[in-house]
Amino acid sequence: MKNMREQRGLDWRFKAAHREAWIGIGLAGFHFLWWYAFAYGLGNGPVEEYSYIMGFPAWFFFSCILGFAVMMILTAAAVKLFFQDIPFDEEGAGKR
Amino acid sequence: MNIQATLPLVIFFILIFAAGLYAAKYVKSSETFLQEYFLGSRQLGGFVLAMTMIATYGSASSFLGGPGAAYHYGLAWVLLAMIQVVTGYFVLMVLGKKFAIMARKYNAVTITDFVRSRYNSHWVGILSAASIVLFLFSAMTAQWVGGARLIESVAGLSYTSSLFIFAASVLVYVVIGGFRAVAITDAIQGTVMLGGTILLLAAAIVAGGGIDNIMTELRNENPNILSPYGSDKNLTPLYLSSFWILVGVGVVGLPQVSVRAMSYKDAKAMHRAILIGTAVIGTIMLGMHLAGVFARVIVPGITVPDTVMPTLALSILPPWAAGIVLAAPMAAIMSTVDSLLLLVASAIIKDVYVGYISPNAHEKKIKAYSMTATALIGGAVFLLAINPPYLLIWLNLFSFGGLEAVFLWPIVLGLYWRKANKHGALSCMLTGMGSYMAFHFLWPEPFGMHTVVLPIVLSLVIFIAVSLFTQKAVR
Repeated sequence: MKNMREQRGLDWRFKAAHREAWIGIGLAGFHFLWWYAFAYGLGNGPVEEYSYIMGFPAWFFFSCILGFAVMMILTAAAVKLFFQDIPFDEEGAGKR
Repeated sequence: MNIQATLPLVIFFILIFAAGLYAAKYVKSSETFLQEYFLGSRQLGGFVLAMTMIATYGSASSFLGGPGAAYHYGLAWVLLAMIQVVTGYFVLMVLGKKFAIMARKYNAVTITDFVRSRYNSHWVGILSAASIVLFLFSAMTAQWVGGARLIESVAGLSYTSSLFIFAASVLVYVVIGGFRAVAITDAIQGTVMLGGTILLLAAAIVAGGGIDNIMTELRNENPNILSPYGSDKNLTPLYLSSFWILVGVGVVGLPQVSVRAMSYKDAKAMHRAILIGTAVIGTIMLGMHLAGVFARVIVPGITVPDTVMPTLALSILPPWAAGIVLAAPMAAIMSTVDSLLLLVASAIIKDVYVGYISPNAHEKKIKAYSMTATALIGGAVFLLAINPPYLLIWLNLFSFGGLEAVFLWPIVLGLYWRKANKHGALSCMLTGMGSYMAFHFLWPEPFGMHTVVLPIVLSLVIFIAVSLFTQKAVR
């Protein structure tokens, strides 16, 4: 009985932990696409035809500077919205 | 070189020393020595956790080698460096709370503890401890050489006395304060790294006459510096993308980084660390590498990459400010070295001595042995760093990607895949390291990707295949 309750108690924590790990993978996947698409999508042409934003080539500005800002916002949103405050210690499990 | 530039370094050393003394109080009063000395009793808060992860990960290469490469390749190398932003959130999110819970459940203090308990196998434990000792010991020696060279160039002392100063200052706080000292000093060092980066970048923009002007001059010199393909047009999209494994998602497998993911206090600390960590690592990587690119306009004609950043700092800043900026690579090196030193000590004491030789050793004895071992390892590194033997230089080649190939899947699949078993883990670890070395010599950069990619894929396939194949036998 106690074992079953413990099992269930573990389950909800693991469920939250698994979801958060998937969020991490999703963010990294999106991050890679953003990084790649702007760097090579905009940076592909001859340098003479580059446009510039705040002094930087547009590909660099979008991929590295804006990309960094976007990832910070997304990460903050993910943590605030989806990350749960769960306990790490087993009930009653003493320190050794 | 001059007193004004050396002074900030001296102040920095004193600050670090004080932090070590502070942490030593906890070691003295702690009831569970091993947990405190090697893991800070799992009490890290968000800020310290973020900083210790970044500072441990960011090493000489982020502050000396990286800007040097950016100086040569141009913006393409900044693009590569910015991949590392992913480590700021990815490591903590993926290892995450499952790792925190399981590490507590196993009462794990080291990565070796974790894999040994998860797979219930001494062989996995031995292989893990052996790879940590061998490869991180050599990585540490390389960093010590870097630290000594830096003191040599700033303070104008001989190499051996620079090495001695470096060794003494790191050893004192690590030996007396353990993990907590390492984490607190990492927080100071990380702050210095961040401050130095911002100072240098701002000064470089001013010295170069603004970003517009710098870009125009770079374009006039060689337009490819502004392209994502590098100044020689030899950085392919595939090659750059393959670094998402080496310095991005694969970082989860570095023991010195992942051990920190079991050291935090609670979920709130982890949430804060994700936000702070992403912001700080992104700022450092962007700023340092951009400064390296800008340096090409400000101080042209440098041929030794590692000297780009120090030369830039000394030529555009007043000496005292250059000293603060140069404290940043010093901080990066020290914060990597201190963690590696403690990790190697933990592998020898916790994993080998307490794990296999004397499991019931008395607390006092373990304490004395731990501190002695840490000091002895430090002494050994000092002696070896005076004239590094070829074997260490050779091993260091594999310490980054090789350790990722060994540990990435045993940790990640151990957490999330129920069918992962010891046979799979063992064959994965051997395949990871073995194939990394084999590719390095026989077929470096296969298909135009970094050498680490195929060993990581191969070790995953082997892990899954062997685990499934041996499933019945284990049951």
